[in-house]
Amino acid sequence: MTLVRDTEREQLRVRENVCLGLERVLGRFPGLMVIGEDITDPYGGAFKTTKGLSSRYPDQVLATPISESAIVGVGAGLALAGRAAIVEIMFGDFITLCFDQLVNFAAKSVTMYGRRVPMPLLVRCATGGGRGYGATHSQSLQKHFVGVPGLALYELSAFHDAGELFTHALASGVPSIIFENKLLYGRRMHRLGTVDRLFRSDTMIEGTTQVGLAGAHAPDVIFVAPGFTAELALQAARTLLTLHEVTSRILVPSRLYPVPVESLLAGAAGARHILVVEEGTAGGTWGAEVAHRIHTAMWGSLAGPVRLVHGRDAIIPAAPHLEKEVLVSDESIVSAALEALRHG
Amino acid sequence: MLLTIRAFELALLRLFERGAVSGTTHTCLGQEYVPVAVSSLLTTADFVFSNHRGHGHYLARYDDPEGLLAEIMGRQGAVCGGVGGSQHILRDRYLSTGVQGESLPVAAGVALHLRTAEPGRLACTYIGDGTWGEGSVYEALNIASLWRLPLLLVVENNGIAQSTPTPAHMAGTVAGRAAAFDVPSLTIISDDVTLIRDLLGDRVRAMRADPHPLVVEFVTRRVGPHSKGDDSRTREQLAQVADGDWARRYAVRFPEQYARADAQAGARIEAIVRDVSARPPSGSVIS
Repeated sequence: MTLVRDTEREQLRVRENVCLGLERVLGRFPGLMVIGEDITDPYGGAFKTTKGLSSRYPDQVLATPISESAIVGVGAGLALAGRAAIVEIMFGDFITLCFDQLVNFAAKSVTMYGRRVPMPLLVRCATGGGRGYGATHSQSLQKHFVGVPGLALYELSAFHDAGELFTHALASGVPSIIFENKLLYGRRMHRLGTVDRLFRSDTMIEGTTQVGLAGAHAPDVIFVAPGFTAELALQAARTLLTLHEVTSRILVPSRLYPVPVESLLAGAAGARHILVVEEGTAGGTWGAEVAHRIHTAMWGSLAGPVRLVHGRDAIIPAAPHLEKEVLVSDESIVSAALEALRHG
Repeated sequence: MLLTIRAFELALLRLFERGAVSGTTHTCLGQEYVPVAVSSLLTTADFVFSNHRGHGHYLARYDDPEGLLAEIMGRQGAVCGGVGGSQHILRDRYLSTGVQGESLPVAAGVALHLRTAEPGRLACTYIGDGTWGEGSVYEALNIASLWRLPLLLVVENNGIAQSTPTPAHMAGTVAGRAAAFDVPSLTIISDDVTLIRDLLGDRVRAMRADPHPLVVEFVTRRVGPHSKGDDSRTREQLAQVADGDWARRYAVRFPEQYARADAQAGARIEAIVRDVSARPPSGSVIS
């Protein structure tokens, strides 16, 4: 189901891959509507992920008023009428305004009426800190949507083709949210297979990608790291290898919920130390859910509990030096891994 | 149909009193004529969005008291397998849901689809006076006006939101709010179905020919309680409401006709109550 040829994809930044992915799904789902605030040309979206789209699809790419709740409702209405819809929430923080439409309408409608109702609705939101935008424009709110029956969660990464994820989510008929870390947009897509001199990537089932050292050996630690945290984990893996002679493998799930248990367990088979990384704040995390699923299956063979690496239990300050104190970094991942190994 | 809805709602309240129905229910006693009049202007290709007080909306569209009662009682033959209950019904292009104002943006989305893919069809949404407290109403009205969406917003202003009288929860008027969004509106104080149909017919035809939203406010009365036994109004207020009830007026003006029609509707609903009550529970459909 690869929409973008490998050679083509390698040249792209994640932002361009998203834009191309949107164009591919516009071609693939007849009548698909893409709606959101400021997404039309010449502006092309706050993060330029829809640049050029409205010029090519003027009837299907619409700019909306600043009404996050209503535009998700409009998307749900389109989906209810059998028409696929993608709604862009400019800053992922604003998805709190859509909670009712997502949880009480879109997700409920899938099963609340006694039979499955397909809802091809995908809500895209730009998440994450690291750009000094402050507490209400930097959050990663994934955890608040974990465990809602009838709602699927995805996270974009530089390992996953955006068009493939969009297609998969819409074709599933389950209303979905895809979280797209803002810092990823400017990064280049990773090459399939060879990531760099040291690391290789392999596609697994359930849309999970496995990134590990070339050559087959059991790694010392396994990271489960979606989205931008996969980039941090990759940097951490390089540091661990070169400075501490610790080998690692990174599992990069594209679907957060339902948790892709099968692929995570396959990728973690034989592991002694597992760490789950996410950018959201401490407490009631997605990682806790993943850890529970892994513990349930692997309790007897792990050297210690699955460890969680996440943002601090704090708001995200605006000043760069303060922001750095609360967000996950490659350094915090390295420390957590070394601590796991010490206690294991 | 007016009396069928009336008989259905009264039977439901009796079933609740006997403990034969679980959960909650919101009857539309006194407001039956609104969906009866509105439905006659709609086709099966139009979408209808209903709310928590939706039995009349459903019955006026489908004349299916069996399916609705089975749904409310969780018995075989339920429209939505007993999963939805009183407030959550989906059948073809009819959908009700229980959160105030939530259906408006959804109806706007459906209307956007209809305008572009099925011209001439519309999305009709029933809301109450209390629903105007929700922000999503305004977000949706704004979009519907900007995008010229065929969205028919039927407002059943029954003067009371659960226990709060309209003057205590709404500043200004429904018409004033519609005007703020450049949405045409109409306020109807009559409960005469034929008259309402005449008043609305051209306006609804115009919406189909040249898509745009329309707000139709019915000044109506909730003769019964909000849900089961929770009416907070005084005896005098209730007496005043009952005096204005269309059914009482019909009964006085056309005693024989009314008695006959009422007995017929009552007998039909009683038979349905007996039949549905005797049915086994609906099967498990949770997937």
